[in-house]
Amino acid sequence: MNILVCISSVPDTTSKINFTENNSKFDDNGIQFVINPYDEFGLTKAVMLKEKNGAKVTAIIVGESSVEPVIRKALAIGADEAVRINMKPLDSYSTAKEISNYVNENPFDLIIAGKESSDYNGGAVPGMIADMLDLPFANACNGLEIDGNEVTLNREIDGGIEKIKSSLPIIIGGQKGLVEESELRIPNMRGIMTARSKPLNIIEVNNPTIMSESIQFEKPAEKGECKMVSSDNIDQLVNMLQNEAKVI
Amino acid sequence: MSILVYAESWEGKFKKSTFEAASYANQLAKDLNTDTIAVSLGNIDESELLKLGEYGVSKIFSYSNITKSDNKNSSIVLANHAKESKAIIFSNTFSAKMIAPRLSAKLKAGLLSNVISKILNSNNFTFQRQAFSSKAVETVTVNTEKVIITVSPNAFEVKTNPTNCEITTNDENFENQFSIIGSETNSGKISLSEAEIVISAGRGLKGPENWGMIEELAELLNAATACSKPVSDIGWRPHSEHVGQTGKAVAPNLYVAVGISGAIQHLAGVNSSKVMVAINTDPEAAFFKAADYGVIGDAFDVVPKLIEEIKKIKN
Repeated sequence: MNILVCISSVPDTTSKINFTENNSKFDDNGIQFVINPYDEFGLTKAVMLKEKNGAKVTAIIVGESSVEPVIRKALAIGADEAVRINMKPLDSYSTAKEISNYVNENPFDLIIAGKESSDYNGGAVPGMIADMLDLPFANACNGLEIDGNEVTLNREIDGGIEKIKSSLPIIIGGQKGLVEESELRIPNMRGIMTARSKPLNIIEVNNPTIMSESIQFEKPAEKGECKMVSSDNIDQLVNMLQNEAKVI
Repeated sequence: MSILVYAESWEGKFKKSTFEAASYANQLAKDLNTDTIAVSLGNIDESELLKLGEYGVSKIFSYSNITKSDNKNSSIVLANHAKESKAIIFSNTFSAKMIAPRLSAKLKAGLLSNVISKILNSNNFTFQRQAFSSKAVETVTVNTEKVIITVSPNAFEVKTNPTNCEITTNDENFENQFSIIGSETNSGKISLSEAEIVISAGRGLKGPENWGMIEELAELLNAATACSKPVSDIGWRPHSEHVGQTGKAVAPNLYVAVGISGAIQHLAGVNSSKVMVAINTDPEAAFFKAADYGVIGDAFDVVPKLIEEIKKIKN
């Protein structure tokens, strides 16, 4: 089985977010980039499927050379090879289109992406790929079993779970539950060493279709000071929530 | 020309988020001087469908034999009705996140998720959306002929605009790419992503047996319950209640955090709440920096008092 895992490189959640060039660009100075946490669940699941049934796991990322440490980490965790599409991921459509072009040339049985990236939380790329390649698609997957060609998966819905049966090839957007947090893997020294010699193919892009353009960023207004209420005066708190904040 | 809204339903009923999306679509239709039309999927009574007319929808296309999980056929149907549409509006729900991207690929229309503004310039598609887990707001322009927008539940008010509404039903069968073999929902419970008030608790509660008071408080306020990551990791509460990074993002009017320290990963999922209350024994808890109201105290002392006081105003 050939598994493709889509990886995006995102700022570590603890990063301070700043902007440059008149607030028109994200300032990546001093930012620690990591594998998008939702992608890490999918990557670990792919590696576990490989260990159980045998599979080849390819990790793909769209980004300039600065994202290579992130994709190397995916190799260290257990992907067999990596692909970097050499383009700044400016919007979901162009990102999905370039990944789809790659898959058209190099078919996969299972494509796993994260349900969303932790920077823009759009979650658009896997659904777009599904449509471009005419594959079945399920998002927010928190359980996946593969038996031969048959796929059984759980997907989160409002207030519950939906169980779906389908067949390969398929694309899913994954989250916690594909594997548990405790099953995530920290690359060991051997993994890091072998990652250096695993293939990393770079694909060049001509004229990507960009549909949206970022104009400006601003930070939300600073919150006012937290109003402290003594635990003996909870009636005051309720009064403020009712009459000042007007939320109850 | 028109603005098309996907009128999502749950077990034959619309929810507030559907009417928020319809109200948003109707405002955009006014700004662009056109009409609002809707597509509904699944078996819904005419009386329920007509509710959309209250929010400015003048035409409804109802497909009784498509389930919304069937994102392929859902997007095909929406694409057919969007031929004349300038914009297609979704509430940012689980099914919208499957259908909207497909529609974007089909129509070659730019997709903006988590939009928090109305159209800023009616000559082009300029909107504001949330970025970096609500740590920033981004102004974005879409350069395609049509735009697809998802709006977060609770981000926009429901606005009535009673309109004469015409329904066209279609009971055609569609072949799904997969089969749904089962589902489990607590349909009695208020959905976390849509709740106006969320009562959330963390390790400060000391054990799963102590959640009774959280549930009681939630019930009094018609609120949903949530929890921090450590609590769902140890299995005190289900994963589906975990808010924060790698869990759910919520944006209620009121978020009450009981015994939650306020790690950045947790705040990333609750930052968009309009008002936040923190209750914690530790005066140094990071949540007090993010909250609007704070109480330094033990959950077992403060929550019962809070329940008593809420009961007083509810009576």
